[in-house]
Amino acid sequence: MTPQLAPEKRAICLENVGVTFEHRGNCVEAVRDLSMEVREGEFVCVLGPSGCGKSTILTAIAGIRPISSGSLTVNGTVISRPGADRGMVFQQHALLPWRTIQENIEFGLRMRGVAREQRVQIVGEIIKHIGLTGFEHHFPGQLSGGMQQRVELARVLVNKPSILLMDEPFGALDAQTRVQMQELLLSIWDKSRMTSVFVTHDVDEAILLGDRILVMSNRPASIKAEVIVSLQRPRCADTTVSSEFVKLKRQCMGLLRASTYQGGYFRGLRKEEPEGCS
Amino acid sequence: MATASKTFPVLPRLWPAGGKRHGPRFPVVRILLRSLSIVVFLALWQLASIHHLKWPIDFTNVPSPSQAALALLSLLHAPKIAKDAWFSIIRVLAGFGVAAAVGICLGLIIGVSHFAEDMILTPLEVLRPIPAVAWVPLATLMFASAESSMIYITFIGAFFPILLSTIHGVERVDKRLVTAALCLGAGQKAIFREVILPGALPSIINGLSIGMGTSWFSLVTAEMISGQFGIGYYTWESYNLQKYPEIVVGMVLIGLLGMGSSAIIRAVGQYMTPWAQIGGGHK
Repeated sequence: MTPQLAPEKRAICLENVGVTFEHRGNCVEAVRDLSMEVREGEFVCVLGPSGCGKSTILTAIAGIRPISSGSLTVNGTVISRPGADRGMVFQQHALLPWRTIQENIEFGLRMRGVAREQRVQIVGEIIKHIGLTGFEHHFPGQLSGGMQQRVELARVLVNKPSILLMDEPFGALDAQTRVQMQELLLSIWDKSRMTSVFVTHDVDEAILLGDRILVMSNRPASIKAEVIVSLQRPRCADTTVSSEFVKLKRQCMGLLRASTYQGGYFRGLRKEEPEGCS
Repeated sequence: MATASKTFPVLPRLWPAGGKRHGPRFPVVRILLRSLSIVVFLALWQLASIHHLKWPIDFTNVPSPSQAALALLSLLHAPKIAKDAWFSIIRVLAGFGVAAAVGICLGLIIGVSHFAEDMILTPLEVLRPIPAVAWVPLATLMFASAESSMIYITFIGAFFPILLSTIHGVERVDKRLVTAALCLGAGQKAIFREVILPGALPSIINGLSIGMGTSWFSLVTAEMISGQFGIGYYTWESYNLQKYPEIVVGMVLIGLLGMGSSAIIRAVGQYMTPWAQIGGGHK
């Protein structure tokens, strides 16, 4: 589906990847025969219905969940374990509750053995950037959901990962906060142009953020369609009311709707259990 | 919901407003209420023993609070009580200390390793329901000195709550935190130190607080073994000598010491886990 790229430009490369795992005694085939590539400096959104296995793709790239078949390389190396080079932003509640905001953000630096003064300096800058000055010594539990997600983002960015993986990072936020966070992410990304994979079920979010959208099928996940988003950057919340945006949105919604009807509710009734478990 | 705000909540403490519709409940009011409850309790007891209540409890030989108070006063004038308290405190602290060290270590190991769980937990589960008093004969055989046997009994009392709370605490640690830390470059040791240990800490502290109480719980049993000093021994001795008010004094002293030491542990625990005291946020 994606054009073959020159090897040096491929940041992430999945070839015929399948992921099968056990969940509460059941065998789940989450991803089947999935091939995709992400170019260096590209922002790719993975859009799909809830429970389609799109998060599994992300956890596989992060190295949290092993793949069952196919090959998965990041910057040319086979992935077998999690690493700080692939920063992962989780949906919510992944901050250490017993660490202050300062300590949470500097966690990765501390793991790498960066000296204290340097940590304080780096963290101070990023805290200013995400607008949380004055909250350095608060605990995550004292912050609102939106603020916690800013910290979550900062904690990953401070590691300067080569790849940014985001698993519905704004999914649990209210609509207004979500837009603010999207704009913050856009402003950060415009400066760094970091290779990013962003998983979401929100069509608007996918179009607003991505260079390219991969629309997923129902579980087991595979790529159903690819939508190129040629909206001009820098983008902001106003982009979402442009006619071009609406056109893309209509296209994505159509693709999503088709994938829901294909499998969706009726899959269970026909008792089509995913096969191929070993 | 209009109806909900008018009806009285069924469980006021679990109601979001915390039962605020009682009117304001200042700490002073609560302290007064709690003191009042003790006074009422003592008064009822006094009345029951003055009138020699026969049913459901036979108060004929049960000393009244005033008799117990007199016995306590005379005891406080005797120098022996300090020594009794001192011996008991040392025994409980020794048993509790060993139980804390062993219980937390084993609990952490069992919590993180399935192999350890299978190897260690099963025999412990068999030992767990055995009450401290059933250990007395064996404890005297197991240790050369009576002192060690007594400490062992208080250890048994404290060990299982600490062990089980630690295991529970480790199992309860949010897996997302482990995953997140791994993705930020943490290794196995760092995961244990930065995620597992602090994550289990509130539960461990809870176990320590309960274990401190149950350690005092088993004190009389321990000091039945032998001894010349100790509040448990004093209580048991008073029974043998038919000094009934003194039994009550011994019981009250154990209760107070147990409550006090548990409160100290809880206070230290709260100081050590400031994040767990935040209301509203997660955890």
